[in-house]
Amino acid sequence: MATTSITVCETPLVRYLLRRADDALILGHRLSEWCGHAPTMEEEMALANMGLDLIGQARSLYTYAAEVEGEGHCEDDFAYLRGERSYGNLLLVEQPNGDFARTMARQLVYSAFIHPYWRALMASPDATLSAIAAKAEKESAYHVRHCAEWLIRLGDGTRESHARAQAAVDHLWPFTGELFEADADEKGLVAEGVVPDPESLRGAWMQTVSAVLAEATLALPPNGWMQKGGREGRHSEHLGPLLTELQYLQRTFPGATW
Amino acid sequence: MVDATTPLWEVFIRSRNGLAHKHAGSLHAADATLALQAARDLYTRRGEGLSLWVVPSSAITASDPADKGMMFEPTASKIYRHPTFYEVPEEVGHM
Repeated sequence: MATTSITVCETPLVRYLLRRADDALILGHRLSEWCGHAPTMEEEMALANMGLDLIGQARSLYTYAAEVEGEGHCEDDFAYLRGERSYGNLLLVEQPNGDFARTMARQLVYSAFIHPYWRALMASPDATLSAIAAKAEKESAYHVRHCAEWLIRLGDGTRESHARAQAAVDHLWPFTGELFEADADEKGLVAEGVVPDPESLRGAWMQTVSAVLAEATLALPPNGWMQKGGREGRHSEHLGPLLTELQYLQRTFPGATW
Repeated sequence: MVDATTPLWEVFIRSRNGLAHKHAGSLHAADATLALQAARDLYTRRGEGLSLWVVPSSAITASDPADKGMMFEPTASKIYRHPTFYEVPEEVGHM
């Protein structure tokens, strides 16, 4: 019998926190899928470390959301007892891992945005957000560097690695537009000065990404139509199966403790 | 086969309150930048250190264990070389 999902009492700040936490959790989960399958032992550890960084960020954000919501929920409730229509993560992070090039490209385009975003969020008057951002900023700085170095070597590598890297970038490009979206609720938080406007990070993001692609001898895809809907709970066909795995234990054994 | 494109590197870490880099292990990496990143991911997960060195294993020349006697035993009996005949005052600290 399926466990009933929780209902979230959503204020703009709660919605904001859950979306950012969902980004981190889903991307962290995707990285965890590499466990036991990475190309080398060194990458096995690197991918797991990055995944753990992201899951740690998710935990901090979910915990703060629970505190702000004030309905007695906890981080586990948000992660394990919400359906895909309630998840507000970017479509980018739920995309399957694919090959190593695609995983590195996905991580780079996400991290190249989230790193300056965390840095900007450190200036928030909200002390908890600022503290979460300060810790996450250092973690994401490393993610940018790690993935940039790999994408450069894959792009400026063999014919096969170059082709795979270009295919990865081309495939993921339509998912990058959503990084800069903010709905009316989030724009309200921006106006109050609590959070930065994602659009304001576009310049820094483009600078990082285009520099990496240039050194990788990869073509920058043209800006065309961009995928969207993740923020509103309209997800690709990938999130359902992902959550089925993620939430399997909690849904099958309601209230399990150990 | 793998060693041609991803050679072996030795990793040395200086810990938070340590004075010298100590050997921590080894890893395979394609170049120096990736070797440093891999060392950070493999060997500093538990707050082990503040500084990392990575050195290609091929750059290290090691003494032959079979020559241990010839290389090191003669000095054991030359106690006039050992710095152990005076007490270092506490205020001096590490020497």
